[in-house]
Amino acid sequence: MLGEGIVKGLAETARNFLGSFIEKDRLVTVQYPEERLPVVEAARMFPFLIYDGVDQEEGLRCVACQICEKECPPQCIHIEKSKDKKPDFIGKQQFYPAVFDIDVSVCMSCQICVEVCPFDAIRMDNEFELSTDDRFAGLLWPKEKLAMPNEHYLAIHPTEATEVEARRAEEKAQAEAKKASQPAAVAK
Amino acid sequence: MQPSDQVFVLLKHWLVGRSPAVMQPGVSILLTIVPILLIFPVLFAVTTVLERKGLGRIQNRYGPNRVGPYGILQPLADGLKSLTKEDIVPSSADRTVHFLAPLVLLAVAFLPYAVLPMGRNMVAVNLDSGVLFFFAIGAISELSVFMAGWSSRNKYSLLGAMRAVAQMISYEVPLLLSSIAVIMAAGSLSTVEIVEKQSGFSGIFPHWYVLTPWGFAGFILFMIAATAETNRSPFDLPEGESEIIAGYYIEYSGFKFALFFLGEYLGMFAISGLGITLFLGGWSAPLPFLTWVPSWIWFFGKLLGLIIGFIWVRGTLPRLRMDQLMNFAWKFMLPMALVVVVSAGAWRFLPQGVTRWLVSMVFIAAAYVLLARGVETRNKIAKRTYRFAE
Repeated sequence: MLGEGIVKGLAETARNFLGSFIEKDRLVTVQYPEERLPVVEAARMFPFLIYDGVDQEEGLRCVACQICEKECPPQCIHIEKSKDKKPDFIGKQQFYPAVFDIDVSVCMSCQICVEVCPFDAIRMDNEFELSTDDRFAGLLWPKEKLAMPNEHYLAIHPTEATEVEARRAEEKAQAEAKKASQPAAVAK
Repeated sequence: MQPSDQVFVLLKHWLVGRSPAVMQPGVSILLTIVPILLIFPVLFAVTTVLERKGLGRIQNRYGPNRVGPYGILQPLADGLKSLTKEDIVPSSADRTVHFLAPLVLLAVAFLPYAVLPMGRNMVAVNLDSGVLFFFAIGAISELSVFMAGWSSRNKYSLLGAMRAVAQMISYEVPLLLSSIAVIMAAGSLSTVEIVEKQSGFSGIFPHWYVLTPWGFAGFILFMIAATAETNRSPFDLPEGESEIIAGYYIEYSGFKFALFFLGEYLGMFAISGLGITLFLGGWSAPLPFLTWVPSWIWFFGKLLGLIIGFIWVRGTLPRLRMDQLMNFAWKFMLPMALVVVVSAGAWRFLPQGVTRWLVSMVFIAAAYVLLARGVETRNKIAKRTYRFAE
């Protein structure tokens, strides 16, 4: 009969309309600023620099090797190498970045800098609420803004970070064992 | 008659009486026009929120809920936004006509309210040919739509305007024919008289025309044609966002676009108001023991009911195709409306009682069954076989 389908359709929409007031599960919308979904572990936005310990100048892992700067596809990283050196986590003298800027308005979040870094110094952050009223200086992040403690890395990417931690601990142990054996060899 | 029923009429008389004698005609006119110019745009604002929230709920969403408590101040934000937006006129457009089109639409959208009785003694002008006036004014809105489509010099605009004109002219025929049935039964073209004819009761049933077989069919036809006439979903082909982007108002931005929107909704309220006047007894109460409720509350309550109906239908039905639209208008609506007219004539001249109910009903039912056979497409759904590709 003509019009039967329309009546069925009207009943269906009425059911959905009334149902949305009774069953709260129907409403799938997440009311974003008040409630939010947990960020998945693999989420990535823009890179940050890791430092160990408490002092970000002292503990910065970056040795200004500039591999990430060269590999970065959109060329958003700018590094200036230091003149002097400072010891790294195994006590070896290394350069450090006097200037390390990332232009996040250019960055495309490809994670290539993270993959090429031999020092586990740069990782992807999952912070996404980054709006600013200054689109030039506000989006050019200097070293001071990029530096984050290692605990932050452990918190946002726990699986990956514990792996890195274990590897670095092993490297450090090997280096110390070598150092312990070397004076003996010299003394011989 | 309670004072609450006549509160606005008495207030107007009091205010006119207090003004100096020279100014009295002017004040009287002003006090009739200004409330109409205020109430219906406010109703438009309320309807936009209701519509967006209602459609949201139908689709299991919240709808707007950010501006003010429960999002009720959303129209304020929308208005501010459209006021502050840039007003762009295409360089190749006919600037004068492009500017005039929304104004013509708005002016035309306000005029029909002059003949709508919104309560007992609450009508701006009691024209003897009120219904005729209403349809004559309604026909001008087609002109404004075509002005908008033509002056924009945009192919989508023109397509939308062409569709709008074709659709509005097609659906004006059943719209007029279904109201002719009422005019025949009431014996008057005056909206006030039509309402008064319906304000009695037999037992607990009001004398509304919608409660007769021909009136019911006429009301359904009227509302379908009204939906098409106001370009509302499922007859929103002239706008068709997914096909021709926004149809005739694609080249309008900022406040002109808002004016088009306002004009469209005002047209919807006006035609709903006429539907109430013709079929739902205007301002009269639905049950005899409810006559103590002020008449204007009944009118606006019924209006709100019809608006909710429009929103409900919009949330349910998908857009028609052009050929389906035309087939439906000419092959179903038009003959059905003619049968309604004949049935109303039979009702008028047969003696009161079961006979005329039966005769009227048989007319409508037979026509419905026979015409439905023609409209319903025979879907032969079978498993498709391929000759070459396997």
